[in-house]
Amino acid sequence: MKIRKVIGKISTTILWAILTLITLFPIYWMILVSTRTPVELFGKPDLSPTFFQKIHWKNFTKPFIDGIYSDYLFNSIIVATSNAALVTVLALMATYALSRFKLPGSESIFFWTMTNRMAPPAAFMLPLFLLFSTVFKFGDFTLFDTKIGLILLYCVFNLPFAIWLLKGIIDGIPKELDEAMIVDGANLFTVLWKLIIPLAAPGIAVTSLLSFLFAWNEYLLASTLTSVYARTIPTGLSEFVTTTGTNWGTMAAVALVSMIPALIFLFLVQRYIVAGLTFGAVKG
Amino acid sequence: MFSNNKTGWLLLSPTILILFLVGLVPFFYVLYVGFFKWNPLAVDPSMQFEGFGYNYRELIFDEVFLSSIWRSIRFAVVTLFFELSLGFLLALSLLSSFPLKSFFRGVHTLPLVIAPIVVGSIFKLFSVQGLGPLPHFLKDFFGYTLNYGLNADQAFWMIVIMDIWHWTPFVTLTLLAGLSALPQDPYESAKIDGANNFQIFIYITIPMMVPVLIVVIFIRLMDSLKIVDEVWMLTGGGPGYATRFTGIHIWKEVFEKRFYGFGSAMSILYLYITIVICWLLYSVMVSRGKSED
Repeated sequence: MKIRKVIGKISTTILWAILTLITLFPIYWMILVSTRTPVELFGKPDLSPTFFQKIHWKNFTKPFIDGIYSDYLFNSIIVATSNAALVTVLALMATYALSRFKLPGSESIFFWTMTNRMAPPAAFMLPLFLLFSTVFKFGDFTLFDTKIGLILLYCVFNLPFAIWLLKGIIDGIPKELDEAMIVDGANLFTVLWKLIIPLAAPGIAVTSLLSFLFAWNEYLLASTLTSVYARTIPTGLSEFVTTTGTNWGTMAAVALVSMIPALIFLFLVQRYIVAGLTFGAVKG
Repeated sequence: MFSNNKTGWLLLSPTILILFLVGLVPFFYVLYVGFFKWNPLAVDPSMQFEGFGYNYRELIFDEVFLSSIWRSIRFAVVTLFFELSLGFLLALSLLSSFPLKSFFRGVHTLPLVIAPIVVGSIFKLFSVQGLGPLPHFLKDFFGYTLNYGLNADQAFWMIVIMDIWHWTPFVTLTLLAGLSALPQDPYESAKIDGANNFQIFIYITIPMMVPVLIVVIFIRLMDSLKIVDEVWMLTGGGPGYATRFTGIHIWKEVFEKRFYGFGSAMSILYLYITIVICWLLYSVMVSRGKSED
């Protein structure tokens, strides 16, 4: 019986070791490619960790210093940060309203916000493109190819998610606390600022981080709704596909750089990622 | 608590306004455009009304579109099968303790936070002919030629493998969360009654996990039907139509051929099919929930 248990333990460990290898190996190869010259990549793949001896920095400097990719990176940072901030503030307000006020039809509103998240972005690509470039017009200003357009657009996907995530948390704060503060003469802003935000702080942090990550990773709509000035780093990455004779080293370098926020997040919110992705339906 | 609802509506209004402008307006706009014949590159670039059903009549005879839907559904079901079986196995294994468990689990979470477009790039670098180690390895050890740029079946299965790599961790971790929340009493009484591990799994674990399983199936199916980014990066929808899923097909029709009216009708039908599948699963979920109460 004991031997069986030990064998079970060993085989589970081996299974997971193989799995970890499968997960990491493609990423490891990408790092290798990003540090090599095109000549070094020619022929039989060399899997040894050559980046300890020599890194071909030109793969990084060419797109990010000589090229346009620093602009893409800048756009991505602006769009993702502003979107996360906007979504967090709006979702906090909306969730508080849904949680504390007895608004007629608030259940339907809640359900309606959720349906926005489920829709396939590809189905909204064309109408958004047409609306952004021709209909939503203020004089010469259109939303097409602007960062503001993207920031507003990502609300469609991030707001429902943020409201869902925050609703569980704000519903958990006893209403009596709010009432006590209001009896003492506090206004709505004070209640939100002094009570709700401090108590919901971890949830708010997770919400904004995951919203940031989504906005950072989004590709399809960013590529159809921008052309020159507001292109984000994922759209820049896809530009490597169409060019003939792709420079694999540069592509790997750009992919690696655009992965950095994801890696930071993994350390910060690993515990909450599952709860976030299942939309709170399964507690992680 | 707050007597006037005005404040509540005021707090909700920015959210409603934004979701109305970028969520609801596009929906009605695409519905509207779908009734017109509209191609800005044609001889007559204006919108022409040809009857409400004009685009839809053409659409239901458009084999390429219909096969792209069929391909998307097939892809969703195939990946779901592999991800669910593998994910369940891994989730069960994570319930026991073994060396380096939290490290393994941490690495397992990694693919989840990587952007789909980056996953596509990683797999392209890994498996493209002439660069990636995968084709070399397969050629040297098994004499198998991997060139998904030419071979349609390989392209489809390469996307499936990529999707499994990307999303199995999601299934594993979600099912793990569900498994660790299960009550322990049924297990203890089953053990006292002398049930073996297999019987416990079939008669206790699976029935109790049904709600979580449905949530996982729901989310995975919806996401698979949406897939565009990774495929675009890896194969661009080719070779031929081999990996042209519905999202990619709409993209090509709309932004390469500029079939605005026809593309709108496609978007609506695509949305409709997703909603029907969504609704079917949702009603299963609700009826299961009711029968358990």
